[in-house]
Amino acid sequence: MREERSEMSENGDGDEGKDVRWSPDPGGTAPPKCRAAAGSPGGAAVPPPPFSDQVLENVLENVLCFLTSRGDRNAASLVCKSWYRAEAQTRLELFIGNCYAVSPARAIDRFRRVRSLVLKGKPRFADFNLVPMGWGARLSPWVAAMAPAYPWLERICLKRMTVTDADLALLACSFPSFRDLSLICCDGFTTIGLAAVAGNCRHLRSLDLIENDVEDDEDEVVDWVSNFPPGKTCLESLIFDCVGCAVNFDALLALVARSPFLRRLRVNEHISSDRLYQLMTRAPQLTHLGTGAFSSSVEVGDFEESLESAFHSSKSLICLSGFRDLAPEYLHTIYPVCTNLTSLNFSYAQITAEQLKPVITRCHNLQTFWVLDSLGDEGLQMVAATCKKLRELRVFPLDATEDSEGFVSDVGLAAISEGCHELRSILYFCQRMTNAAVVAMSKNCQELVVFRLCIMGRHRPDRLTGEPMDEGFGAIVKNCRKLTRLAVSGLLTDRAFAYIGLYGKLVRTLSVAFAGDGDLGLRYVLEGCPKLQKLEIRDSPFGDAGLLSGINHYYNMRFLWMSSCKLSLSGCKDLARQLPRIVVEVIRDNSEDDNSDAVGKLYLYRSLVGPRNDAPPFVKIL
Amino acid sequence: MSAETAKSSTESDVSGLDYEETELKLGLPGSSRIAGSELERKRGFSETVDLKLGGSGGCNLDYLTAESSDTRSSGAGKLPANKAQVVGWPPVRSFRKNALKSCTYVKVAVDGAPYLRKVDIEMYGGYQQLLNALKEMFSCFTIRNSPNNNERRLVDPLNGTEYVPTYEDKDGDWMLVGDVPWKMFVASCKRLRLMKSSEAVNLAPRAPQID
Repeated sequence: MREERSEMSENGDGDEGKDVRWSPDPGGTAPPKCRAAAGSPGGAAVPPPPFSDQVLENVLENVLCFLTSRGDRNAASLVCKSWYRAEAQTRLELFIGNCYAVSPARAIDRFRRVRSLVLKGKPRFADFNLVPMGWGARLSPWVAAMAPAYPWLERICLKRMTVTDADLALLACSFPSFRDLSLICCDGFTTIGLAAVAGNCRHLRSLDLIENDVEDDEDEVVDWVSNFPPGKTCLESLIFDCVGCAVNFDALLALVARSPFLRRLRVNEHISSDRLYQLMTRAPQLTHLGTGAFSSSVEVGDFEESLESAFHSSKSLICLSGFRDLAPEYLHTIYPVCTNLTSLNFSYAQITAEQLKPVITRCHNLQTFWVLDSLGDEGLQMVAATCKKLRELRVFPLDATEDSEGFVSDVGLAAISEGCHELRSILYFCQRMTNAAVVAMSKNCQELVVFRLCIMGRHRPDRLTGEPMDEGFGAIVKNCRKLTRLAVSGLLTDRAFAYIGLYGKLVRTLSVAFAGDGDLGLRYVLEGCPKLQKLEIRDSPFGDAGLLSGINHYYNMRFLWMSSCKLSLSGCKDLARQLPRIVVEVIRDNSEDDNSDAVGKLYLYRSLVGPRNDAPPFVKIL
Repeated sequence: MSAETAKSSTESDVSGLDYEETELKLGLPGSSRIAGSELERKRGFSETVDLKLGGSGGCNLDYLTAESSDTRSSGAGKLPANKAQVVGWPPVRSFRKNALKSCTYVKVAVDGAPYLRKVDIEMYGGYQQLLNALKEMFSCFTIRNSPNNNERRLVDPLNGTEYVPTYEDKDGDWMLVGDVPWKMFVASCKRLRLMKSSEAVNLAPRAPQID
């Protein structure tokens, strides 16, 4: 099935369920038919009275403000010029899935009244050290442009961006109504930046720092918690479990005590249990708690009772995480809240099935469970037996190396599939898997939207039959009709990709590693999956022919990443020539020979503004 | 055997350390006790040096040379420690990896050098690999085997200064690298310091060096 080659649209991102593809030319005029229809009820081709467009736009704006989904808004903006303008004036939340797809100037020029910005930067494989430092995705040009343009900005959510302390300081001082800051997998800032935010954002409601790299030099740590202004705060969410250095505990305690609206508090590993209970008693209204270390170097004493009592009083807790240095003997203190928990994150706790048992058997309402594979297949069986409402499961490896022992297997996966029919999302790291278990999951868990299976040993076949894992993944795409995200692993041939191309009609995100036989596999996917937006591939034998087979599709995608495949420079140049609005980046590692024709890392994405001007020397834009 | 035991009690008197509770099991190299027994006694620095200089080759507890018997506990089917690790595989974020083995990221200081480096000691399969890595990191060093006592020292060829790799353990004691089985070292090492060997000999067992 071949997609029509289409112009890339500014709205292209997030066209959930919409097939509209053409792009309006902002500088030109709309077709006359459109105007006439809007201005004159008779539909005749008569130029409308001068002010009726304006009236209509006002009416439209009042209606369009009820549209919140960006997919709907994108579609509405394509109706005609009027609608385009009205929509632009009323879009309050701006979502930019790739910061290089559009420039700050262009975004600001179109959308004048943005209150909330979501901005994503580096490709996801940057999380696994595949993108060298200094590649880009800097927040600076965005903050600089937005400061004068969006004085009423309230919310910023960033993912995989490089954010400096100066950026945070500028942000904190430029937006008087600023309320919510969310940084996910970002880097480049320290406690200095946090202090600027704490001190200058007078209406701060949430400061959510999730899995960022915040590593100060020991000598330069700033007491940012003390920088919050005195008096009652509006704080509803304070998440800092990724901050590497200890905070001023007394200041934190006082802050919590004067934050009556605080609902989410996730502290870092430097907060031990004897301090945790003090925080909890000052915030009995918490719904989300990150427990820090959950151990103590202090002698076990009265505080264990206090901790128990604190959990008893936390009637509203529905989400628990932390447990960064879990002392199993304290686990019993959380029993009182287990039955209300909808989300439990043990993924930093080396907990065994035995230790988990009394906890998990109380968690009847659990919907989200993150855990380490130390719980073993046996632990997963317990989960399957109790957590009938489970929607999301993530099993991380305790020992994240290729040749580790691995404590969970197909047995655990099969058990989960039998017990948890409501499962929507699974991430599962293991060393041993069978097609049968994966097929079983495809049949038992029809609600699956996200299926990510990582068999850590490369090219591992079915452990019982010795066959490739093709049939298992094939069953997933075939039987799970709602699947939008898939990550494959293990020994896979082109057959697996044929299945994905044949059945994966809703797949938007696909991650491939160490898989496939040749170009045909890539072609199956690119030609077969109309909704594909994000394709990331590493160490697979796909070459230029495979790459070029996607020519009709790349304008519909957010990005393609291919590293350690069989691409050549000439092939990539060929592609770049044929697709002028695609930015094709070749990223070099130090060790590579400059003159070689082989391409180590390819990252291509559609863009309205052409090649970026901040590319470092190791990035070559074709 | 009894001679060794007597020697150890003398040493404990001298150092003031109370080892009555702990069993000192001395065995021939390659005996099963080497694989991470919890009852192993931790020895202070000067005792280690004494043992070595005394040439007690009979009961050599120096794990720098016992490398070949230092196998990982994970068992059969393991690939050799020097197999090339593929970058970013398995796909687990460094934040998570570091959080789980945060104890294995240690700072390395060199006497006389103004900068610190950080290494993830669990990345190495044993002492030899660690020393090689240190050698590369502070690229001025070469590794010299001291013939009489099987120690490995790092030497700065420019001025001939010898450095002894030492580490601070969880209790704050400064120990000689190579003293304990590799796994135990990885579990207890908090900081590394390449100490000038002239200073190392003078180091008292319970006096942590504060930079």
